[in-house]
Amino acid sequence: MTKRVRENLRQAATHTVLLLLSVLFLAPLLWMVSTAIKPLDQTMASPPVWVPDRPQWENFWKALSYNAEDLGYIPFLVYGRNTLYVTVLAVIGSVVSNALVAYSFARLRWKGRDLLFGVTLATMMVPGPVLMVPTYVLFREFGWIGTFRPLWVPAFFGGAFNIFLLRQFLKTIPMELSEAARIDGASEWQTFLRVIVPLARPALTVVALFTFMWAWNDFMGPLLYLTDQSTFTLSMGLQFFQSQHTGTPWNLLMAASLIVVLPVILVFLFAQRVFIQGIATTGIKG
Amino acid sequence: MSPRREQWVGLLFAMPWILGFLVFLAYPLISSFYYSFTSFSVLRRPIWIGLENYREMLGDEVFHLSLKNTLAFTAGSVPLATVAAILVALLLNTRVRGMALYRTVFYIPSLVPMVALGVLWLWVFNGQYGLLNEVLRRLGLPDPAWLSDPAWAKWTLVIISIWGTGNAMIIYLAGLQDVPQSLYEAAEMDGARWWGKTRHVTLPMISPVILFNVVMGIIGTLQTFALPYVMFPGGQPARSTYFFSMYLYDNAFLYQRMGYASAMGWVMFLITLALTLLALRVSAKHVHYEG
Repeated sequence: MTKRVRENLRQAATHTVLLLLSVLFLAPLLWMVSTAIKPLDQTMASPPVWVPDRPQWENFWKALSYNAEDLGYIPFLVYGRNTLYVTVLAVIGSVVSNALVAYSFARLRWKGRDLLFGVTLATMMVPGPVLMVPTYVLFREFGWIGTFRPLWVPAFFGGAFNIFLLRQFLKTIPMELSEAARIDGASEWQTFLRVIVPLARPALTVVALFTFMWAWNDFMGPLLYLTDQSTFTLSMGLQFFQSQHTGTPWNLLMAASLIVVLPVILVFLFAQRVFIQGIATTGIKG
Repeated sequence: MSPRREQWVGLLFAMPWILGFLVFLAYPLISSFYYSFTSFSVLRRPIWIGLENYREMLGDEVFHLSLKNTLAFTAGSVPLATVAAILVALLLNTRVRGMALYRTVFYIPSLVPMVALGVLWLWVFNGQYGLLNEVLRRLGLPDPAWLSDPAWAKWTLVIISIWGTGNAMIIYLAGLQDVPQSLYEAAEMDGARWWGKTRHVTLPMISPVILFNVVMGIIGTLQTFALPYVMFPGGQPARSTYFFSMYLYDNAFLYQRMGYASAMGWVMFLITLALTLLALRVSAKHVHYEG
């Protein structure tokens, strides 16, 4: 009996702490939603209003189309289209290239393989800012400044982190499967495409999700390479919107922010299980 | 397949990365090293000036300030975020109902894109109308000018980094779930309570994961750019949030001093290496690897 009482108490205490922390973690996001649907005069009310009496759903449209008349286009819809374009290409490039490269590192034998893999891991230590100037100069020589290419083309050439992640996964697939395919007369390409890729679907999904998050959130790339407002991505557009109106229309700023945040959270909730598993393995097998 | 053929097939499959590595990593890295010894801008070809850029750093007060700010921020944010992430992961590893929901709740903040994160926290930390100060005033606590007081501005960034610690938290949680139950049972037989078990079983067992997260945390935090760029343009107030990456960016693209910016990049690389080696050194005695 005492043991059960103690167990119940333990449960209740844990729940209390978790609930309190949940409030702390969620409050800023809920405040974002709440502010986004308020009329401007209520955003600064004291005591704070959590649920506005007249939700202003038109705030979202106002934020999306801010300054549309002068620009001749609806800025946040254009930003959204640009972001989608870059993100889709980056995801395709990243999945295809990293799958090929990781396959080679995990399941093929060639001279120089282990050396190159070691170097690949070491490159994860190189801080981005070291590459900022020379990469900019390089893309300038390519004539890519002001285009989307700097934001997605590199994805087609693989990345150390994703190669590592996929290689760890591909190594767990028994070699016998590949040998059986070879005995059946399959070429290396067919083995890769018909045997390994279908088995690697969960890991490939993780790579796709990571790349999606990275491309959707990227700020440095657009800041360096996009020059015209009509080519901005959502992150860049939001920063531009914010820097032009420091401190004034908080409801519209929050509405715009929510538009940027929501797709990421929806994708996450949709693919939560695969995603969490992916993050977990990055740390453990390292 | 003959070994000769396998060599070619292997290289072929790895070709995207071999090219990517050469073009987007090796070449920029080498040219950045060369640029660091030159005076150079987009409009002007590089002119060799030897060690001049590095010499100039020694006397550049803004450089010193940005370096100091970055190191101070790293020293504040990495340990606090680490402790917070481990504590939350420990809580999330207990057996209570609704755990899946709690895990989602604690993870979601880390999904918010940097720019949206900055805009959101500018609003929450707003000295006059911000939610945080509303609550603090109601509790009878002091309500600092988070965004305009140089003494507080860095702390706002530390608080945000704790709030967005979801990735590390998930990695810790996975580490905790890998600790064999039998070790806890053995500790209980020896009469260990919660703290005893945490100290003598849990922490040693997840020490490699802690090391991994701390090293990644250091590397990432030293590069901090987007969040202060959005929240504190120009590193305001009083340049208290002017970080190394921001000064590097300004040198490269505002002042057109790309040689100097490249030299700064290499200094950052060396600092990153030094701190990583230090973390490995310090941890050598404390990290427990299973055979």
